[in-house]
Amino acid sequence: MANSNRKSPNWWDQRFGPGIGEFLRHKTVPVNRHIIWYYLGGMTLFLFIIQVLTGILLLLYYRPTPNDAFESVQYIMTQVRFGWLIRSVHSWSANLMIFTAFVHMFSVYFLKAYRKPRELTWLSGMLLLFILLGFGFSGYLLPWNTLAFFATKVGTEMAGSIPGVGKWLLVFLRGGQEVTGATLTRFFGFHVAVLPGLATLLLAIHLLLVQRLGMSVPPSVEHAIAEGRAAPRSMPFFPNFLLRDMIGWYAALGVLGGLAAIFPWELGSKADAFAAAPAGIRPEWYFLFMFQTLKYLPAKIFFLEGEFAGLLVFGAGTAVWVLVPFLDRRIGFGRVTRFFTGLGVFVIGYIVVLSALALR
Amino acid sequence: MGFYSLSPLRQRGSGEGIAIREENACLETADPTPRGTVQPGRRWVNLLLGSGVVASIICFIYPALQYIIPPPVAESPSRFVVAAKVGELKNNSGKIFRFGSQPGLLVRLTDGSYRAFSAVCTHLNCTVQYRSDLREIWCACHNGLYDLEGRNVSGPPPRPLEVFEVHIQGEDVVVTRTA
Repeated sequence: MANSNRKSPNWWDQRFGPGIGEFLRHKTVPVNRHIIWYYLGGMTLFLFIIQVLTGILLLLYYRPTPNDAFESVQYIMTQVRFGWLIRSVHSWSANLMIFTAFVHMFSVYFLKAYRKPRELTWLSGMLLLFILLGFGFSGYLLPWNTLAFFATKVGTEMAGSIPGVGKWLLVFLRGGQEVTGATLTRFFGFHVAVLPGLATLLLAIHLLLVQRLGMSVPPSVEHAIAEGRAAPRSMPFFPNFLLRDMIGWYAALGVLGGLAAIFPWELGSKADAFAAAPAGIRPEWYFLFMFQTLKYLPAKIFFLEGEFAGLLVFGAGTAVWVLVPFLDRRIGFGRVTRFFTGLGVFVIGYIVVLSALALR
Repeated sequence: MGFYSLSPLRQRGSGEGIAIREENACLETADPTPRGTVQPGRRWVNLLLGSGVVASIICFIYPALQYIIPPPVAESPSRFVVAAKVGELKNNSGKIFRFGSQPGLLVRLTDGSYRAFSAVCTHLNCTVQYRSDLREIWCACHNGLYDLEGRNVSGPPPRPLEVFEVHIQGEDVVVTRTA
């Protein structure tokens, strides 16, 4: 784009104005000792793009019906040239993407990047994370294997335990009372049409906000600059930061290829609605902490059903987390509240410990 | 373009790993190499790095391109198939049956004998059918007609239909591929 500007200075400007080129030339990224965390959003975006590309490739052979789904994935894994690679990269990249999204979220949380004026960036990012989890949940069922079948039963049953809307939600998610071919068709629709649409919209908003507001400088660095202990430093986004980004993406491709080749994603056995749930059944790792919590909850907590009480606590906790830019008022004035930092440490500790217990 | 840009990055990286805009400008003017020319050693490094990156990108794209081309569909392992049961078809009627991955057409003539053909029209691969009123095989897509020997007699089909052998084995009407 910059080149075309140089060759014919008027062509681009006549059509789009000098805005984009000028913007790229002047966009900078703050440089400080926390800079490593600035790469995680871009890394998550890169893995998302890998998901879109490999997902489109999988669509060439995948068939979303209970009779064909498992066989079509098996066909991709065993017959299609490099099918094992494409599917394994899709599965590994999905997991790495959720991991980098979580690390991105926690780094933004601890560096207080959600503070004014970036509240909406945080909100759109949280919604994007929920959409990624939705991608994970819906995509997990698509190979129509035993593990996925029962994980979906449990997951949708949990949604069904919400009083009032639960029953409706369960039927909406399953396309009926039970997990059947109708559920598979629905999840396929969510996975390849509804969620990508929502994700694209939210991603556009999220990126627009990041471009508009720039990257946040952590309060500690801001204080040091204000007190004259440090000078404000930055590097040009294009090409310096972008090239560094690209080195990370290139390395990520290598890691993905390596993981897919050394640990190809398993397919398991075909789902059988009339078989007992197999031993050792569990959801994807990012739902493990919730899964393990549900195991510990008694059938009744006071007057509430155990699993509903658990959902209530998770729901309230999630609401606090999502609304943190509006609850942590002092950070708007540059003052760090220990409670919110402690809350972050507690949440990480809880997720790590409960997930580890589930894997035992 | 990319590796030319890497040069100032690497030099800055040897310091604090920080690029301040002013520093950037300084570095560019301090570079003894005139703008737009590259030192011979640098050219080799660029060539090696560049060809490495290009080769790796080909490695990423190659599997995707291979993946797009579907594997060949396995032919029916056996050369014969049970197309119908004896008595299933009335005289002067036809039936489509599955022969491997392709449809076949079994016709029972007015005299009670059987004929079998590939049901794939030689024109544009539509599936043909038996017309009892015409006593011929008809392709609905472009009005192609074949006689009961499989010969293309009118309309656009360029070649006759493939003819299969028919045998009665007990209760089964068995169709065998001859070629």
